[in-house]
Amino acid sequence: MILDSKIPAGPLAEKWTKHKFSSKLVNPANKRKYDVIVVGTGLAGASAAASLAELGYNVKAFCFQDSPRRAHSIAAQGGINAAKNYQNDGDSIYRLFYDTIKGGDYRAREGNVYRLAEVSVKIIDQCVAQGVPFAREYGGLLANRSFGGAQVSRTFYARGQTGQQLLLGAYSALSRQVANGKVKLFPRTEMMDVVVIDGHAKGIVTRNLITGAIETHAAHAVLLCTGGYGNVFFLSTNAMGSNVTAAWRAHKRGAFFANPCFTQIHPTCIPVSGDHQSKLTLMSESLRNDGRVWVPATQEIAEKLRKGQIKANDIKEEDRDYFLERKYPSFGNLVPRDVASRNAKYVCDEGRGVNETGEAVYLDFRDAINRDTRKIIEQKYGNLFEMYKQITGEDPYDMPMMIYPAVHYTMGGLWVDYNLMTTVPGLYALGEANFSEHGANRLGASALMQGLADGYFVVPYTVGDYLAQLAPKQVDDTHPEFAKVKEEVQSRINTLLNINGTKPVDYFHKRLGKIMWNECGMARTTEGLKGAKAEIQALKKEFWSNVKLMGTNEELNQTLEKANRVADFLELGELMVDDALNRNESCGGHFREEYQTPDGEALRDDENYAYVAAWKYLGEGQEEELVKEELVFENVKLTQRSYK
Amino acid sequence: MKLTLKIWRQKNTSDKGGFVTYVADHVSKDMSFLEMLDVLNDQLTERGEDPVHFDHDCREGICGMCSLYINGKPHGPLQTTTCQLHMRSFSDGETITIEPWRAKAFPVLKDLVVNRSAFDRIIQAGGYVSINTGGVPDANEIPISKTIADLAMDAAQCIGCGACVAACKNASAMLFTSAKISQLALLPQGQVERKSRAENMVAQMDEEGFGACTNTGACEAECPKGISITNIARMNREYFSAVVSSDNM
Ligand SMILES: Cc1cc2nc3c(=O)[nH]c(=O)nc-3n(C[C@H](O)[C@H](O)[C@H](O)COP(=O)(O)OP(=O)(O)OC[C@H]3O[C@@H](n4cnc5c(N)ncnc54)[C@H](O)[C@@H]3O)c2cc1C
Ligand code: FES
Repeated sequence: MILDSKIPAGPLAEKWTKHKFSSKLVNPANKRKYDVIVVGTGLAGASAAASLAELGYNVKAFCFQDSPRRAHSIAAQGGINAAKNYQNDGDSIYRLFYDTIKGGDYRAREGNVYRLAEVSVKIIDQCVAQGVPFAREYGGLLANRSFGGAQVSRTFYARGQTGQQLLLGAYSALSRQVANGKVKLFPRTEMMDVVVIDGHAKGIVTRNLITGAIETHAAHAVLLCTGGYGNVFFLSTNAMGSNVTAAWRAHKRGAFFANPCFTQIHPTCIPVSGDHQSKLTLMSESLRNDGRVWVPATQEIAEKLRKGQIKANDIKEEDRDYFLERKYPSFGNLVPRDVASRNAKYVCDEGRGVNETGEAVYLDFRDAINRDTRKIIEQKYGNLFEMYKQITGEDPYDMPMMIYPAVHYTMGGLWVDYNLMTTVPGLYALGEANFSEHGANRLGASALMQGLADGYFVVPYTVGDYLAQLAPKQVDDTHPEFAKVKEEVQSRINTLLNINGTKPVDYFHKRLGKIMWNECGMARTTEGLKGAKAEIQALKKEFWSNVKLMGTNEELNQTLEKANRVADFLELGELMVDDALNRNESCGGHFREEYQTPDGEALRDDENYAYVAAWKYLGEGQEEELVKEELVFENVKLTQRSYK
Repeated sequence: MKLTLKIWRQKNTSDKGGFVTYVADHVSKDMSFLEMLDVLNDQLTERGEDPVHFDHDCREGICGMCSLYINGKPHGPLQTTTCQLHMRSFSDGETITIEPWRAKAFPVLKDLVVNRSAFDRIIQAGGYVSINTGGVPDANEIPISKTIADLAMDAAQCIGCGACVAACKNASAMLFTSAKISQLALLPQGQVERKSRAENMVAQMDEEGFGACTNTGACEAECPKGISITNIARMNREYFSAVVSSDNM
């Protein structure tokens, strides 16, 4: 089978314009005859739902939280990129395109990434017009900051709450359409499956999280904007409810899943403090501008630290190993996320980790405070230091911070073509839920950009093109397939409720997380991955025979919600391992220990692996089929990244 | 640490509900408050009892989903969200009382989970700028003074958790509503609909059954994001100047 990415021919800078022109249009009077389902109300979903409703389509929008405003996008801190070049520092659409392709370690499509850079400028205009209070300079114009992987200042921000402000902007546009009667909202509703009829997506099956009612919804097109699957690792910086269920059920109904093993591990998170830990908190990357990363030079000193016999400040200068500065003299503490994370892991694996669990390194501000004064450091990072103190109970002005890498973002996701359509016609995937534009590694401040690009500026054209090819006939859920899928959903829930084993859901989720983190996390080996596959299969079996749920379907039942999600994570985990095993190279967030340069850096294999690995589901208990989409690079030259 | 927990249990909206007492041992001071409840819930499940239901999602203090009324205060003793509260704020042997938000406009759905969709409807009544996607001016076309942008951001930080309502003896939603009205009244983009917005949002707030404001300031004192009651004063000005020269005709 050949996967057609549908990237328009012609020069890079003209592809999108030409494509928009050749897309079919739905006549304005006919738009109200089409229904569109949007699952998810994060940046991607809220912007898509609002924009499609403004055009005149009837939209149904779903989310599992109590309000669309609470989608996980709300938690993004740092900022959003756009090639505005307001700073006159040499930025351009082409440069943003180039940085993103390179940052992704050459595993993304040129055509898609260029379009992303192209529409980025309009996103900022749109948000400002909505009343998003971006940071400004004294002259009243917009302020910018710089972010990892870029040499220009192109990141727009709203204090440390950029995601919140962008989401509230999109939520306000969505709310306006609710008031206009063009969007019907379904909060506290979880999508449980997609209904595919004659090869086309025609609706979904949902569970009302308050009453437990299993319901069917028909539409001409279905958009999945359901976020990433980082919670397969149990511990991540994602919100607790973030899940893969919608994408995974779509996968099992025919949508290919691309590059599942590409996950991003963020170097500066607060370390795990104990077994009770439910999630991890990100500390902004900006801290690495002033903090110095180190561990004790020897295992003996580290052991004393862990036993509480000495404190960090007792350790003499010559007994400290500033390992990033030592190994990467030119980039030092500011190496990219994947490099910083991996090296923290190495020193901890050597037994030089610094907290009780041995999985933490120091991020020390002592020298910065001595150089710049405490006041300056306070101005720059005051709120972060406060947050750190709140969570750990330690004061980072006196004691070095402890940090450790954590799962943060998933580059993989549902395979989509240039139109953001999955391999199931009429079924789209937007935002973090698709595999999209970030290749094997995402640059900071680019996820928010992509979510809004997809929702505001891409799907209004591409979904229209699809709908224009369907007759403007009313859809309903009378087709027997709706009843059949509904029945399947119901019976799966009954099965889960009736297992009546001995262990709570989290017990399984935690164990899955450990397997994934150890074997399919920052560093992966053939042997480890093979072992992980067997372990996951065994765990899955145990889950389906020994999980214990309380309550019934016909009520608010949070353990049932969790169990449903964990059941899907168990299946996804296995596919991630397969994907990691298949990719015999190291690139971006995927580091296979067998494939490294003599000095320990990631070794890509462009000859054999410059492709998107798309996986096709073949049925329960069967190995999935790998379908390759070769990546074509006509504009950029593939080079090895170096930060020495 | 060992704690006694008095937790509000209620099967559904129509159930009367009541307190049930639990003992939580194995509590470590590094746990967050919600992690303490996670552990309790796993123990309840293993014992075959229905776990305590509570809302939460980001556990980073930004989504506004968590909403516990702890020892008579929304979000507990500190001015943070419940998810940012850690057990080191409590002492060994303490009894902790945990209730849902109490307000007519926020009916209890189960245990500690309430329905806050009234807030969404207040925003739907006018908490937006009526522009469509595309066709907007360049972002730098209208300069906005840093002072104004910062003030707008102060108001825009509201996370919509509802602690202000829970803190208020009248269950008033003035702080929440005024934060959005202020943000948009301050910015040039919000000017065109300034009057109708204030009128419509205030009308919706009343319709939802939230109480009146008697200026006790409890909302500001409990707001985890420090939203100031000066926003309420600004909303009142907006509202009164709107009704004397109404755009709603
Ligand atoms: C702590 C943190 C900080 C970050 N900071 C930045 C940053 O500074 N810059 C940047 O660019 N990116 C950042 N990111 C990444 C970025 O926030 C996310 O990638 C992005 O917001 C995802 O948006 P989305 O719309 O795709 O999905 P989400 O915002 O995750 O929304 C998913 C939606 O889908 C719904 N949903 C999911 N499953 C179902 C289901 N089965 N049924 C019904 N509804 C469902 C949810 O209710 C929700 O509404 C950060 C991420 C984290 C974790
Ligand atoms: S869980 Fe999001 S604010 Fe507490």
